[in-house]
Amino acid sequence: MNISRRQIMVLLPAAAIAWKYVLAGTPEESPNYKMSEHWWSMLIDIPKCIGCGNCVRACQTENDVPDGYFRTWVERYHVSDWKMTNPEVVMNNPMIAPEVISPDGGKEGFPVATDESGKYFFVPKLCNHCADSPCTQVCPVGATFISPDGVVLVDQKYCLGCAYCVQACPYGCRYIHPEKKVADKCTLCYHRITKGLTTACCEACPTGARQLADLKDPKDPIHEFLKTHSVQVLKPQMATGAKVYYNDLDGSVR
Amino acid sequence: MSVFKDAGHLFRFAGLFVLAFLVFLVVRHYVVPKSFGQYGHYRGAAMGEIAAHPVKFVGHDTCEGCHADVADVKKAGKHAHVNCEACHGALVERLPNPEQPKPNLYERMVALIVPPFPPDSPLLRHAEDPASVKPVLPDTAVLCARCHTASAAKPKGFPQVVPADHSQGLPCETCHKPHSPGMDAGGAK
Repeated sequence: MNISRRQIMVLLPAAAIAWKYVLAGTPEESPNYKMSEHWWSMLIDIPKCIGCGNCVRACQTENDVPDGYFRTWVERYHVSDWKMTNPEVVMNNPMIAPEVISPDGGKEGFPVATDESGKYFFVPKLCNHCADSPCTQVCPVGATFISPDGVVLVDQKYCLGCAYCVQACPYGCRYIHPEKKVADKCTLCYHRITKGLTTACCEACPTGARQLADLKDPKDPIHEFLKTHSVQVLKPQMATGAKVYYNDLDGSVR
Repeated sequence: MSVFKDAGHLFRFAGLFVLAFLVFLVVRHYVVPKSFGQYGHYRGAAMGEIAAHPVKFVGHDTCEGCHADVADVKKAGKHAHVNCEACHGALVERLPNPEQPKPNLYERMVALIVPPFPPDSPLLRHAEDPASVKPVLPDTAVLCARCHTASAAKPKGFPQVVPADHSQGLPCETCHKPHSPGMDAGGAK
C-alpha cells in the first residue's frame, strides 16, 4: 500500500481525534454540568402541603418505583387536644405518640379528617441526602456513596442487595427493589437536576411545598429562606447532616 | 560459612510470594472497575449511569413551547404556580410490552448467578410526536377534589369545599375553568 506524505498529513490528525474519542469512552450525559458547583438539598414548607399525593405519584412515574414501595411519601400527623393539654403524661409515655397515617404512602391523598380537635399537618418525607450519611458508611462494597454534589446515590450494578444500608438509614428511606434485588432510594432525580430541571416531585407539587435547593448557588432563594424562617431537619440528634429542611416542623414529628 | 547456606527454600518461598503478588495485581486490574476510586470509594461512572435515566416529566417550559395560549391564561389565574404536569401527568410514557432481547449462552450463564435487571421498553414523547402519547383529559371530579376537598387536616387558608354540597353534583368545570379557576375568569356565571 502506498500512502503519500500528503495523505499521512491528513490521516494522522484524523486518527488522533478518533483516538481521543476512544479514550474518552462514553460521552458525558450533561456536558455543561459541573459537580463541584452544586450542593443539592430540598426545602419542605409544611404549612403549604395539602396532602394531595401528587409528589408520590410523580416520583413513581418518573423513577419507575414499583407499587407498594416509596422513594417519597407523605405522612399525616394528628396531635389531639388531650395530648397537647397533658404534656406531663405524654412526655413520660413514649407510647402515646401522635396519630400518624400514610395510606399507600399518601399516593391517592388522605381520608377526610372530620375530627376538628387538635392539630393536623402533613409531612412529606424522602431521603434526607445526609452530608454524613450512615447508609453510605455501612456499605461493604462501596455501592452507595455521597456524590461530590451532595446527593446520596446507589450504584445498582455494584450493589449486592445485602440491605445493611436499609437498616442503617434512620429515616426509613431505602428499600430492596423487588425485581432488581438491589437497594433503591430517592436519587433527588439526579438525571433531572444534572440537566437543569427540578425534581419530579417539585415539578408536580401544586402548592410549592417542595423546593429543590442548591446550597452552593449564592442566588438560590434557599439562603434567604433559611435566614428568615424557623427551619429544622428530621432527627437532628442523629448528627447525620440531613439536608432536607423542614419549615415550621412540629416537635412531635419523628 | 555463608549465611545463605541451605537458604534455597527461603528464596523459593519468597519467589512464590512475589509471584502471588503479581497474580493479585493482574487479577485486581481486571476485577476492579476502571472508575473505582475516581472520586472516592465507589465507581465514578455510576453517576453518569444514574444521570442517564430518561426524563418523563419534561417541565412546564417544554409544554409552553407549543401551548403558549394556555400558559397565558394560566399565568393570569390562581393556578399560575401549578405546573402543567401536576394535573396532566407526565407526557412521556413507556411502551407497555418491551421486546425481550434473546440472551446468548454467556448471558444465560451469568443470569444463573446474577439475574439481569428487567429491560426498559422504549419511550414515547408527546413533545416530539404529539400523536404518540395522547394526554388524557383529567376528570375534574377526581382532579379538583384531590386538592380542594375540605378536610380539617388541610391548611386553613387553602380553598376547600365539600364537593357534594358545593356543586350539587355538577362537574367542577361548569363554573371553574381549571386553567384559571376564578369565577370571573370565563367560567359560567
